[in-house]
Amino acid sequence: MAVITYRQALHDTLREEMLVDEDVFLIGEEIGVFEGSYKITAGLLDEFGEKRVRDTPIAEEGFVGAAVGAAMLGLRPVAELMTINFSLIALDQIVNHAAKIYGMFGGQCSVPMVMRTPGGGGQQLGATHSQNIELYYAFVPGLKVVAPSTPADARSLLLASIRDNDPVLFLENLSLYNTKGEVPEQAEQVEIGKAAVTRPGSDVTIIGYSRMATVAQQVAEKLADEEGISAEVVDLRSLRPLDRDTLVQSVRKTGCAVIAEDDWLTYGIGAEVAASLSDGAFDYLDVPVRRVAAAEVPLPYAKPLERAALPSADSLTTAVRETLDAVGRRR
Amino acid sequence: MAETATRSKSASSSGSSKTRRAGTRSGGNRSQRRASEVFPGESPQTLCDYYRQMALIRRFEERAAQGYTQAKIGGYCHLNLGEEATVVGLMSTLRSDDYLFTNYREHGYAIAKGIEPGRVMAELYGRSTGTSKGWGGSMHMFDVESGLLGGYGIVGGQVPLATGAALAIDYRSGDQVVMCQMGDGTTNIGSFHESLNIAALWNLPVVFVVVNNHLGMGTTVDKSSAESELYKRAVAYRMHGERVDGNDVVAVREASSRLVERARETGQPAMLETVSHRLKGHSVVDPGKYRSQESVEAAREADPVAAFRAQLISAEVLDEDGAVEIERQAEASADAAVAFADDSPHPNPETLFDYTYATPVANDSRRLPADPVF
Repeated sequence: MAVITYRQALHDTLREEMLVDEDVFLIGEEIGVFEGSYKITAGLLDEFGEKRVRDTPIAEEGFVGAAVGAAMLGLRPVAELMTINFSLIALDQIVNHAAKIYGMFGGQCSVPMVMRTPGGGGQQLGATHSQNIELYYAFVPGLKVVAPSTPADARSLLLASIRDNDPVLFLENLSLYNTKGEVPEQAEQVEIGKAAVTRPGSDVTIIGYSRMATVAQQVAEKLADEEGISAEVVDLRSLRPLDRDTLVQSVRKTGCAVIAEDDWLTYGIGAEVAASLSDGAFDYLDVPVRRVAAAEVPLPYAKPLERAALPSADSLTTAVRETLDAVGRRR
Repeated sequence: MAETATRSKSASSSGSSKTRRAGTRSGGNRSQRRASEVFPGESPQTLCDYYRQMALIRRFEERAAQGYTQAKIGGYCHLNLGEEATVVGLMSTLRSDDYLFTNYREHGYAIAKGIEPGRVMAELYGRSTGTSKGWGGSMHMFDVESGLLGGYGIVGGQVPLATGAALAIDYRSGDQVVMCQMGDGTTNIGSFHESLNIAALWNLPVVFVVVNNHLGMGTTVDKSSAESELYKRAVAYRMHGERVDGNDVVAVREASSRLVERARETGQPAMLETVSHRLKGHSVVDPGKYRSQESVEAAREADPVAAFRAQLISAEVLDEDGAVEIERQAEASADAAVAFADDSPHPNPETLFDYTYATPVANDSRRLPADPVF
């Protein structure tokens, strides 16, 4: 068991899969000579050469589509989209093609590819470089969308994604790259489509994914230490398919839920989670489901404005406390 | 040669091979000579086979239009009427293991690439025996065996995919070639330019074929493309581009063959513009009222099926009886395709969730519209 960063976990996993499977290759902007905008692919060009670490022109639609076409012939491309914001330029290839080819042609041809991309704000990158638009992809049948929050999950889910025969959007987060965690030598089997209870509890369920799953974990630990609150934390891990059973089971036990998400509230991932809780745990809910989500503005540049717009440990803590107050469960 | 094998493969799979050469003037050294003057390098049998395929596509598309008006076919339905010479000329240059990506006007390509016409018609009819098991319809034919890797309904969608398929061939040091067919309007969309750039940069074995029928739906090429000589756009990517008369099956074949074999041998991509006419509207439901009388007349006069028929007769490759016999067979094949489609089963609604994911996944939703989530 080694303690490594989320970045290192991604790098090591890509490298290992390239070593064991000749069909795995990397494609994207600045992933080779520049070693990746976030250095996930550092050193891989030197080790594997241009054939397997392919720098592309700035042409998201062209290179994502080329990855889809290569996957149709059985290769396993791992495309890096520099940030999820730029994935919009490839939207047609992702939504109208990668997601459709297996079904639209009656199951004759699968598309075994991974699209790695970081989302997230908080880096003062302004409105066009700070979005959390994973929902666009989580909405689409035919795609799988995973959003690991820890280095161990990053490793396990990246392995599962590369070995999967369907197109997987693999959501990373700018603020997670330097976070550290224990990663087992042998990757733990993490199934796509399954959420995880990362902290058991009985007073309230906090549901998050990606960065906000780690914030939820921190908040739960702090509330336990300082206020004796027993919060259960559920990390969605997969946004499509969505593991409703795990969410509902947890909330049937605790009777209340706070959802923590970095995306916008209206129509966001949390809206689907809340609807699922209404579907499956309506009779068990003691108070309305609470959502902590980004303010509905194009994310501003200036630090005080950006901070005010984004969910945080503080805002989540407040929402959890208020939810527990409403059910009279605070001590 | 592999190409001949491909052609005869599609020939035997799409018609009754028994009487295929009925119209060829046999034993005539004189006709052989005459044919070789008009069509150097092409045997009478091959020429008749082109005509047979063109006639079949013509009849097939007419039956498709009929099926549409009878509400046997739904959705959109774009026909290859007027593009038969282009289709047959192009397809005659691909090996059976070469890959083809097309746009949504692809029925003829599917047939000429070697798919049974019955399976193509069954797809139009939405039946489970169709090329895509009834999941795709007119715009989304697919067949791994014959190398048709999809008709695509989004303009430009197939261009990056074809480039990626060529990348996979290059990755594995294969000797196949990808042909990427598209319409004239596609040359104005971003994916076209991104893909040509990538194909040229990486030396990928793909031939981009722009079927210029003068109209992107109702908008003329002149009104949509700043450079209306579309093949010149290849120059921007230091790619070879050329234009050929799409109404001339032999000319299309000659140009395509050259570019396909060049791609096979050197890995160099190329662009081929074929110029022809749409005989009918953009789709079956389009009466084409925006077209000038001259344009409609020009299309009719240039009708490649009629023109090739006349050429074959004048070159003494075929006589009138022979031509009629080929047309009769084409009609019989098209009718047989309709009968096959009509007799085929509809897909079972219980298969609705069979093709969402290739790798089964936990918590995959299988609810029908009125089902509760829990």
